[in-house]
Amino acid sequence: MTAASPPEVLRAPLVVEFPFTRSLGPVQSAFLTGLRESVVLGVKTSDGRVVVPPVEYDPVTSEEIRDLVEVAATGTVTTWAWNDRPRPNQPLGTPFAWALVKLDGADTALLHALDAPGPDAVRTGMRVRVRWAAERTGAITDIACFEPYEDAPDAPAPAPGAGPAPHDGVFEDAVTGIVAEARLDYVYSPGRAQTAYINALSEQRTVGERCPSCHKVYVPPRGACPTCGVATTDQVEVGPAGTVTTFCIVNIKAKNLDIEVPYVYAHIALDGAGLALHGRIGGIPYDQVRMGLRVEPVWTEGGRYPDHYRPTGEPDADYDAYKELI
Amino acid sequence: MTGPRTSRYARDVAVVAFAQSDHLRRTDELSEVEMVMPVLHEVLAATGLKAGEIGFTCSGSSDYLAGRAFSFTMTLDGVGAWPPISESHVEMDGAWALYEAWVKIQTGEADTALVYSYGKSSPGSVRDVLTRQLDPYYLAPLWPDSVALAALQAQALIDAGETDEPALAAIAARSRADAGTNPHAQLRGAVPQGDYQVRPLRTGDCPPVGDGVAAVVLAAGDLARQLCERPAWITGIDHRIEAHGLGLRDLTDSPSTRTAAQHAGFFDAPVDTAELHAPFSSQEVVLRKALGLGDTVAVNPSGGALAANPMMAAGLIRIGEAAARIHRGASDRAVAHATSGPCLQQNLVAVLEGDRA
Ligand SMILES: [Zn+2]
Repeated sequence: MTAASPPEVLRAPLVVEFPFTRSLGPVQSAFLTGLRESVVLGVKTSDGRVVVPPVEYDPVTSEEIRDLVEVAATGTVTTWAWNDRPRPNQPLGTPFAWALVKLDGADTALLHALDAPGPDAVRTGMRVRVRWAAERTGAITDIACFEPYEDAPDAPAPAPGAGPAPHDGVFEDAVTGIVAEARLDYVYSPGRAQTAYINALSEQRTVGERCPSCHKVYVPPRGACPTCGVATTDQVEVGPAGTVTTFCIVNIKAKNLDIEVPYVYAHIALDGAGLALHGRIGGIPYDQVRMGLRVEPVWTEGGRYPDHYRPTGEPDADYDAYKELI
Repeated sequence: MTGPRTSRYARDVAVVAFAQSDHLRRTDELSEVEMVMPVLHEVLAATGLKAGEIGFTCSGSSDYLAGRAFSFTMTLDGVGAWPPISESHVEMDGAWALYEAWVKIQTGEADTALVYSYGKSSPGSVRDVLTRQLDPYYLAPLWPDSVALAALQAQALIDAGETDEPALAAIAARSRADAGTNPHAQLRGAVPQGDYQVRPLRTGDCPPVGDGVAAVVLAAGDLARQLCERPAWITGIDHRIEAHGLGLRDLTDSPSTRTAAQHAGFFDAPVDTAELHAPFSSQEVVLRKALGLGDTVAVNPSGGALAANPMMAAGLIRIGEAAARIHRGASDRAVAHATSGPCLQQNLVAVLEGDRA
């Protein structure tokens, strides 16, 4: 057993990016292509209401709905919220209002940004119009934002009964998909057990943790014994040498990895560990690696973990010595 | 002893134990399993059951919060999931994990269930993370954050004359004052309303961001009585969802809450306690209206989500807090509510009752 690792918590930036490519159905395709052409389309529900932005299924009856209509690029704010500190990726970089806007001819409201000088310039019921983005690609961001449109005071909603005109939804070169970019930034902190493991690695030692109930030594430790459901607490230094329990031969070069193929990737039970970890085997032709081979870690200058494992030259381990760890 | 007054289901199922962590702004020194495990041990100890004696285990969490793929498989280490146990997971608040566990017990496939959920929001920016749950075509590209969407709802309520800023501040103040007796709460006592976050919502109208864990044990029939002196019988439970388009909804009302409450038998008899999952002060206004709660009902005596809102756990905590009041005899009939999605899009309602002498 070794002394407990220093208590300071490790932290590192963690970036998760997931640019989903999504296909559009006929209704969303028409709507987003329409935005590219400065046309706003809605869809008629079974009971004749006009939904903007349009959906493919009736929100009440779940019926498929496909009757498109063209609505105006002007409308009325139904509710709003003043955003003094815009966050990354939001439509405007200067303070703005989020607004739900019922476009003239629509029965439902669309969410977007409203560019206004300040909260005193915004109210529910105010008239606004679409400000189109200079470059449009067929996305909701083709609407750059809304802007006040008060010079035609509170009036020209279309006459009741007229209703918006039908639209066939057909455009040249229709948009059929979008790429939904997303990036989230985190600060990763690995917790007590893994912090101790990583700190020991920086001293070229491998430290696992023993379960106080079943005495199995977990390497790397995650803080709990999955068999007993209790915290692993006792730190145990294992290795440095170990035994190859099983392996595979890699024949395909990995992207951004400067290792000649073929090479061997193996499960290695470090001496004293209750389960195998994995690592690359070097210093021996790939076709001579075998179960039971005794190996030791090879560290490179400044490496935070062993670069690979090489044979120790000891006789192979007995199968019985590692069969429970395969 | 008599059973629950109304039994609308095949089996009588009760919450027999509840435990939660202290809810904290950060828990950097703990991995998720290290955060979850003490709460699991505490809730099991309250029943005397060992992990291996639990019939079904169900958890709720979201990988997006901490940015760690399949993090829930790691927290299973804290249950003792080897050899394999009967287990499931929802990428939702633990209240929905409880619903799944309750269904499992109704089918007769289990007599007991361990339900837990956790959220570790501190590694990321939860306001931005939550934008990723929105419709990817029309909403997510605009990155409208959770406070902004709640603020749109609050303004709609103010415009409709249903509330005003002083009334919202009073809800916030009452919640944090009530949390004074809740040792697990993150915000307790007097908390300034502060500046606008997104107008009309001020800092005080918004929930704290933090990390936390909750767990309950469910048991059926006589077993529940053996495990708990006064089980909190789930006499009704239901959940409903509304359209995802915010512009399609009346943001001043919550018809899904009302429908779920009807199906859970909530309106059949009065309740003395309501634990409402209203992360924003304005959402309590909506929920009180949907449920028709009068002044005789103790609303969020725990302090509610305005005092501690660990994502994915705050809904389960509402059920746990309501049950705990029944366990200790402070309530005979309580309603617990959990929500998910923007502006109370999806809602779960559970009615809990204690045996009467
Ligand atoms: Zn163990």
